[in-house]
Amino acid sequence: MMTAKKARTWYRVHKWTSLICTAFLLMACITGLPLIFSDELDALMQPHIPPAPSSANAPTANLDRMVIEAQTKFPTLHPYSLAWDDDEPRIFVNMSPSDDPKFGDIRTVVFDAHTGNLLEIPKGGTTLTYFLLQLHREIFLGLPGELLMGLMALLFVIALVSGVLVYGPFMRRLNFGTYRRNATLRTRWFDLHNLLGVVTLAWAFVVGASGIMNALSTPLFGIWRAQTLPPILAPYHGKPVPKHFSPIEDAVKKTSLALPKMELNSVLFPNDVYGSPRHYVIWSKGKTPVTSRLFTPALIDVETGQMIVAQSLPWYLRAIEVSRPLHFGDYGGLPLKVIWALFDLALIVVLGSGVLLWLKKRSTSLQSELDRMVHMESISGVTVQ
Amino acid sequence: MSRTLSIREIYRWPTAIALVIVTGLLSALFGDGVWDAFSWLLLVIPLLLLLIFLYRK
Repeated sequence: MMTAKKARTWYRVHKWTSLICTAFLLMACITGLPLIFSDELDALMQPHIPPAPSSANAPTANLDRMVIEAQTKFPTLHPYSLAWDDDEPRIFVNMSPSDDPKFGDIRTVVFDAHTGNLLEIPKGGTTLTYFLLQLHREIFLGLPGELLMGLMALLFVIALVSGVLVYGPFMRRLNFGTYRRNATLRTRWFDLHNLLGVVTLAWAFVVGASGIMNALSTPLFGIWRAQTLPPILAPYHGKPVPKHFSPIEDAVKKTSLALPKMELNSVLFPNDVYGSPRHYVIWSKGKTPVTSRLFTPALIDVETGQMIVAQSLPWYLRAIEVSRPLHFGDYGGLPLKVIWALFDLALIVVLGSGVLLWLKKRSTSLQSELDRMVHMESISGVTVQ
Repeated sequence: MSRTLSIREIYRWPTAIALVIVTGLLSALFGDGVWDAFSWLLLVIPLLLLLIFLYRK
């Protein structure tokens, strides 16, 4: 077993990493709780018009016509993206005033995928779940906030690891699962912190680690785009930006032929910020539980309709994509979401009890107990077990 | 209790629970249908354990 001196070091690491990240973590846990159920909340707060009943194999209606119709509804905006609904045969045409829209800028026109009929135009503006997500992910600070939350997630993971390491020395004389319900308030908090912390540990670690990865996704995706696009755009250097776009129908068909084992997910119109200024970026995804998380981009020249490239993302972006559901808990039906919420509540108790333990110092603090153990060790020369 | 537990004894249960959780988390990720149900079954175990430890006499 580790020496008391090492235990004391890990205790300090646990204390300080926890203290720094706790306020952010509490905020993330509290906003995360309703976010687990964001699909259900969105459906509840904004009921939508369902598409006409049809067989799953019915052909998709003409996409270009949908875009033209969306344009007539919002003549001052330009087509930004087009997306296939995961659950129902619906297609969303998103209109935006700029290539880098702020939330609330985008207006969506919803079409029936098979009949091509306009279903509805949801009212613009922000939703409750989007507000919570912005707070949860970046505390309304954009990329700096996202990176700050990533750093807090890193501190949280370090707190978990150091927490496991100090769990041993503190549990030497206690059976697993000890909860002394009749002891002093502080002892009960101590037991609660240890019990809930160690039982939910693996879940907390997975959510913390996937949180770090999510926070890195924006910069990593930007790096990938900065490496991939310049060679593709080089031949067009000095040429004017195209005014006339080739049909989306053709671009989508070419993509489907090039990626026969995948299904279409979305089309990003020419975009200086998130895509290419002179290509459609068409995203496809796999059909199995795992590959449906993995998106593959295809670039189609908007002038000539020629396919430029269709290749998988690099491993680090694929890893982020696969790990994303492990953060949200939205990949195993409603029961998994409920389980996620219960683990989240347990984590809130761990965080709260941790702060209370720090605030309400014992007459002999854990620190001084460890100091005493270090002293004993140094005079006896024996490792305290 | 007065006996000092060995490192193996201290970490035996936490390790077992962590394995149950990780298996549960991955089962729903890599499969659908019956694998989702298997995941719920596994992930409920640590939550039930918590209730037992907190409410036992």
